[in-house]
Amino acid sequence: MQRYSIFSLLRGAFSGHRDWEPAWRAPEPKSSYDVIIVGGGGHGLATAYYLARNHGIANVAVLERGWIGGGNTGRNTTIVRSNYLLPENQRFYEHSLKLWEGLSRDLNYNVMFSPRGVINVFHTDAQRDYWVRRHNGMRYAGIDAELLTRADLARLVPALNLSPDIRHPVVGGVMQPRGGVARHDAVAWGYARAADALGVDIIQDCEVTGIDIQGGRVTGLQTSRGPIGAGRVGLAVAGHSSRLAEMAGVRLPIETHLLTATVSEPVKPFIDAVVSIAATHAYVSQTDKGEVLIGGSLDGYNSWSQRGSPARLEDILASASEYFPRVSRLRQLRHWAGVMDMSMDGSPIIAKLPVEGLVMTGGWCYGGFKATPASGWCLAWTLANDAPHALNAPFSLERFRTGAVLDENGAGPVAWGH
Amino acid sequence: MLLIPCPFCGARDETEFAYGGEAGIERPADPEAATDEAWTDYLCFHDNPKGPHRELWFHRDGCRRWLEVERDTYTHELGAVRLSRP
Amino acid sequence: MRRQPFRAAEGGHLIDRSEPLRFDFDGHRHEGYRGDSLASSLLAAGVRIVARSFKYHRPRGVWGFGPEEPNAMVTTGVREEARPNLKATEVPLSEGLEAFGQNAWPSVSWDLGGAVGLAGGLMPAGFYYKTFMAPARWWYSLYEPLIRRMAGFGPAPRTPDDAFYAKRRIHADVLVAGGGPAGVAAALAAARAGARVVLADENTRFGGDLLRAPGEVGDSDGLAWIDTATAELEAMSHVHLLNRATVAGYYDHNLLTVAERAGEEEGAPGAPAMRLWFVRAREVVIAAGAHERPLLFDGNDRPGVMSASAAGGYAHAYGVLAGRQAVVAGNNDSIYRVARLLRSVGVSIAAVADTRSGGDVRDLPCRAGEAVERVLGSRRVRGVLLRRADGRAGDKGERITCDLVAVSGGWSPAVHLHAQARGSLRYDEERGLILPDRAGGANRSAGAGAGRFDLDGCLEEGWAAGIAAAASSGHERAAGEPPRSPDRNAGEAPVFWQTGGGKRFVDLQYDVTAADVDLAAREGYRSVEHVKRYTALGMGTDQGKTSGMAGLVLLSEALGRPVAQTGTTTFRPPYTPVPMAAMASGLLGEGRDALRRTAADDWHEARGAPFTAAGLWRRPRYYPREGMDEAETIDAEVRETRAGAGIVDVGTLGKVDIQGRDAAAFLDLVYANRMSSLKTGRGRYGLMLREDGRVFDDGVVMRLGENHFYLTTTTAHQHEAMQHIELLLQTVWPELEVYATDVTEHWFAAALAGPGSRALLERAAPELDLSDDAFPMMAVRAATVAGLSALVFRMSFSGELSYEVAVPADHGLALWTRLLTEGREDGLTPYGTEAMGTMRIEKGHVTHAEADGRTTPDDLGLGRMASAGGPAIGKRSLELPALRRNGRQQLVGLSVIDPEARIPPGCQVVESDDMRPAPPLGHVTSFCYSPTLGRALALALVENGRARTGQTVYIASPVIDLSMAAEIVSPVFYDPEGTRLNG
Repeated sequence: MQRYSIFSLLRGAFSGHRDWEPAWRAPEPKSSYDVIIVGGGGHGLATAYYLARNHGIANVAVLERGWIGGGNTGRNTTIVRSNYLLPENQRFYEHSLKLWEGLSRDLNYNVMFSPRGVINVFHTDAQRDYWVRRHNGMRYAGIDAELLTRADLARLVPALNLSPDIRHPVVGGVMQPRGGVARHDAVAWGYARAADALGVDIIQDCEVTGIDIQGGRVTGLQTSRGPIGAGRVGLAVAGHSSRLAEMAGVRLPIETHLLTATVSEPVKPFIDAVVSIAATHAYVSQTDKGEVLIGGSLDGYNSWSQRGSPARLEDILASASEYFPRVSRLRQLRHWAGVMDMSMDGSPIIAKLPVEGLVMTGGWCYGGFKATPASGWCLAWTLANDAPHALNAPFSLERFRTGAVLDENGAGPVAWGH
Repeated sequence: MLLIPCPFCGARDETEFAYGGEAGIERPADPEAATDEAWTDYLCFHDNPKGPHRELWFHRDGCRRWLEVERDTYTHELGAVRLSRP
Repeated sequence: MRRQPFRAAEGGHLIDRSEPLRFDFDGHRHEGYRGDSLASSLLAAGVRIVARSFKYHRPRGVWGFGPEEPNAMVTTGVREEARPNLKATEVPLSEGLEAFGQNAWPSVSWDLGGAVGLAGGLMPAGFYYKTFMAPARWWYSLYEPLIRRMAGFGPAPRTPDDAFYAKRRIHADVLVAGGGPAGVAAALAAARAGARVVLADENTRFGGDLLRAPGEVGDSDGLAWIDTATAELEAMSHVHLLNRATVAGYYDHNLLTVAERAGEEEGAPGAPAMRLWFVRAREVVIAAGAHERPLLFDGNDRPGVMSASAAGGYAHAYGVLAGRQAVVAGNNDSIYRVARLLRSVGVSIAAVADTRSGGDVRDLPCRAGEAVERVLGSRRVRGVLLRRADGRAGDKGERITCDLVAVSGGWSPAVHLHAQARGSLRYDEERGLILPDRAGGANRSAGAGAGRFDLDGCLEEGWAAGIAAAASSGHERAAGEPPRSPDRNAGEAPVFWQTGGGKRFVDLQYDVTAADVDLAAREGYRSVEHVKRYTALGMGTDQGKTSGMAGLVLLSEALGRPVAQTGTTTFRPPYTPVPMAAMASGLLGEGRDALRRTAADDWHEARGAPFTAAGLWRRPRYYPREGMDEAETIDAEVRETRAGAGIVDVGTLGKVDIQGRDAAAFLDLVYANRMSSLKTGRGRYGLMLREDGRVFDDGVVMRLGENHFYLTTTTAHQHEAMQHIELLLQTVWPELEVYATDVTEHWFAAALAGPGSRALLERAAPELDLSDDAFPMMAVRAATVAGLSALVFRMSFSGELSYEVAVPADHGLALWTRLLTEGREDGLTPYGTEAMGTMRIEKGHVTHAEADGRTTPDDLGLGRMASAGGPAIGKRSLELPALRRNGRQQLVGLSVIDPEARIPPGCQVVESDDMRPAPPLGHVTSFCYSPTLGRALALALVENGRARTGQTVYIASPVIDLSMAAEIVSPVFYDPEGTRLNG
């Protein structure tokens, strides 16, 4: 792999940047692989990378229907955090955050992980009790967490509206200082380049149309570029999990929903932290490019359309304008919607499926981007060892049968309630 | 923004409705007799098609009737809308 | 009067020369006319550098005419009033306007940031992915803050936008997007056919391309025909004509947003700055026109290089000379029209370079088969180098002096709305056009937006689209004859993009060059989306309106594959940026959510009670007293209630009236415990489960008659509970004859609590026998209380003898004040939610802090109650292994050992007080200081909690470094025998 550094850039400057190699190859698919990963988003590419790096399994292909990073990896609000309530989620996301912290150097690709602090503000006593409890729980899980007074908030987020005269005034907040944002596309590209360098074949424009199963064991895949044999198959297709699992005759407790996000035109920096508003479920940050990036809650009905409702948009822009009044002076540049794989308890599934050799990562709800490194790490482990790691053992499919669900929000088996 | 033709109230914006998920999921007639698998199928394992979907919508801010709506989950085109009957 | 050196002596149909306006740009005073855009007035004033580019800080001028403008971004207003990132082409000139160039210091003409351009070689596309990686900390402590400061176009806002914004929601038969010839023809045809029409156009005046260049309709001037047609439309009551109105977004089921800049209209005092229309249209005609494409040559970003149609437009619409001496260059016939327009206002035409070999025109200095190779001049155009377009060897080219290069690379139909509606696109290889194909929804495209570039064709298509749209929406009256034009020159352009090497800019806004696109392709970023994301091409505020097609063709060439296979990036709404304030309007402050108040709210407010939010309701926390702080006041309210009598407003509880033959059977299915065994006139605590076995809601069910029940739900879940009941009735058990009515708003209720409550109620309701025998615990009676018709329930949340009195909501305030008057001599104490919460914790009652959606009845100590009933909702799930396993968290009481200690919010329950990481045993769900017991108490969910009774644990909040020891006890701290319920 051609190393990236300031020196390689300097050399490039003198050669008119003619000597840069492709970041990854564009190989033809081989007739078979030890492991095939379906889905060339961050999770699939990370899985391939960790398979090769951690487990020495490099005869691996990643099949991507379109272009790598083109699904939710390239369409999310880029927030990275491990401020979860349930211990199982805390452990997993904290592992992920630790991987994030070294990711740029690990991959030799600047994924621009920026731990600028993730702040949640609350408005009522009940919300305060919940958020402080959650952050106290994080402390006991060894995760950084802080309580913020209104004065702290005024100092850290000067643009935040702390007026007592709004419909749901802010009474306080909590922060995970190590949380932050990263550059979403770079995560896919960085993993792709590093995996490719270890021998992984990344095959774009290759749609999986069927899963071959013989004697209860996966043997290969039917694809738009012909059949490909596989010893094991990992599914990392987020919103499309149900469709792929169905090809193997497996039903999942997952429904697909829309989540709208929007950006403003870019301006000079005035919001440094990531701020999430409990009253309206909106979250606000400012990208390195200067755009104010706003996300909200689900549109609330099953959809694969990638196109959200303007009603939801009005709501999240009003939320942003209420709590960051200066944002109202900006203009909305574009909006889009991700296709969210909402599980029935709001927590992911990283597990073996009831077909030998078939494993999946999915059910990511809102957590997919931040989970990317750990999801790949755990799925690689599960593929290599034919058994889950302790980190992903709780994220089984079986839990929906036994009732041992990980209901982070206490919303019950309503996919759009999480 | 969906425009849902309520049989009672006429065509109304989706914001007047609450979503109720897949329609026609049979609640086991005798829950106590259902196996864990059958029961959790009912509870957690629902259809999630990309395409035609039969689903429940509640006209919350209107007639407060639960409707059964055919909707394509990709194009959002609506088919038949009628009162829900199991 | 100051000069406008580049304004022609006459001409300009958009300006009013009788009204000169002064404005400042970067601190220099200039002058323009009413009707000018900031761009036209800057050009008239001779200002050529209006911005600096994003990455290299290169000087940039005006390129376009409207929303496609990639370069001329300005900030208007200063400090608090600053509005960043406005396109100078879209800013109407107004008296005293202050505008500033962006991305430059101290000014756009002298910008120190220009030094960055010298290091341009280090900054190819995606350079930041290749460096700044070590040490890791430096990225966010050093490099990133620097990059953030360099990036971002305009200044950060300092204040909210407090202008007035409005929204309108309407239905229409036909929405026509775009008021050029095609759109006006469509609107006229549809309106004549009888359809309710909305015609929206982004300019101040209808006409579209006719604003920029003259044309003929019938045998008269094109704009005159537009005026006649729109006057006819204006007179029709079923038509809305919207100028300054951009159709921004196309959503499901033909809902479109239209952003009307109403405040820019003259003589419209009091108009909102913007009126945002939500138009639900049966049919849509998309007549959105086309955007002119650039040509790629070295230095094609220099101020003075401009879209040819824009240069012609400034001459025709504003009487402005975009330069003194022009080279017009392009690959299509429109350049001749532009050259003549420029000449007509006094621009001297140095050359008309047509990349095609034919097309020689006698009255102009034509250079057939030639193209611009390179721009001369460093800060602005001083000339061009023309060369043979076919790149014949040995041709050294010819230098031509000029200060304006008007270029046309052909036209890209504005397919944005078509694509937003999920229509498919097709690439016409021969014409080099991406065109609307199959429509996604009830819409049709017409005119230049559909690839028809001749005026006659636009009129014809527009008319036909209008007729068809009207017919599809049920309107088929005769519309008369369609307008025609002698202009039938389709202006076809062969695909020709680039010449030579050097810095050929594709995306002017983000400084993306042809070399960047090439580099991205070589590095393996081969999808058009990858290239967009890697290079930022098309990511700017112009959303790639001018750059998209060039980028696509370059990428296809680099990859050696047909354009049709490369495909486009996704077209996302809005078409042009929409103010956040417009989208947010109506939803801020009180408009955010309804505020629900109980019938006694006025009284609470008059008493100065601070309120707490309970869902959308507000409830009084406590009633302040002279000389006492909050904690002392709450303690007093508790003590006085427990010792005497208190009254609390419980009007916020959800209330449901259930009637019908099968009402009792139904309630047995809804509640985990049995309700059918209730006797008339009695009530029972009821526990509702979710189908997954978790506690959903609780309340009291009262049987008012054989087939008549009244039940309460919690304040928090009242909507969900009602919806749940209606779901079950209508979808699961529709055969049951049950009628459920939400009567929350119908009733007000107050609870009288404390040993003195009986005596007080006896006086207020003299005919009611309150003896234990006649009115036992959990009985309900109709009675007259304080002269008001009421229902009285004997129940208790506080643990004291207690009655809840419910009256029709209109009588609520009367009940409240009369009871307080009646109770004055008894020392009746009004208490708020804090005292209520304290007493319920003392008594161990659960709320949603405990029933948090994860807890089972058994977790909350209610297992026996749940096992009593039949096969109700949620009961089957209780049999699942994980809900039956040992080791679940259970509800316990925690009695803090140190009587002086106070519990802070959000505590965990742990085994050790050292605050080191360790799995907690559980967490505090509710906490208070108990004036009754003289110490802090908590309810908590603790692993195997009931078996730990008597153990000492720690209540801890590491985020404030505080912990305290507590003993695990029964959650019922106060009067566990319940003797006080009987007074």
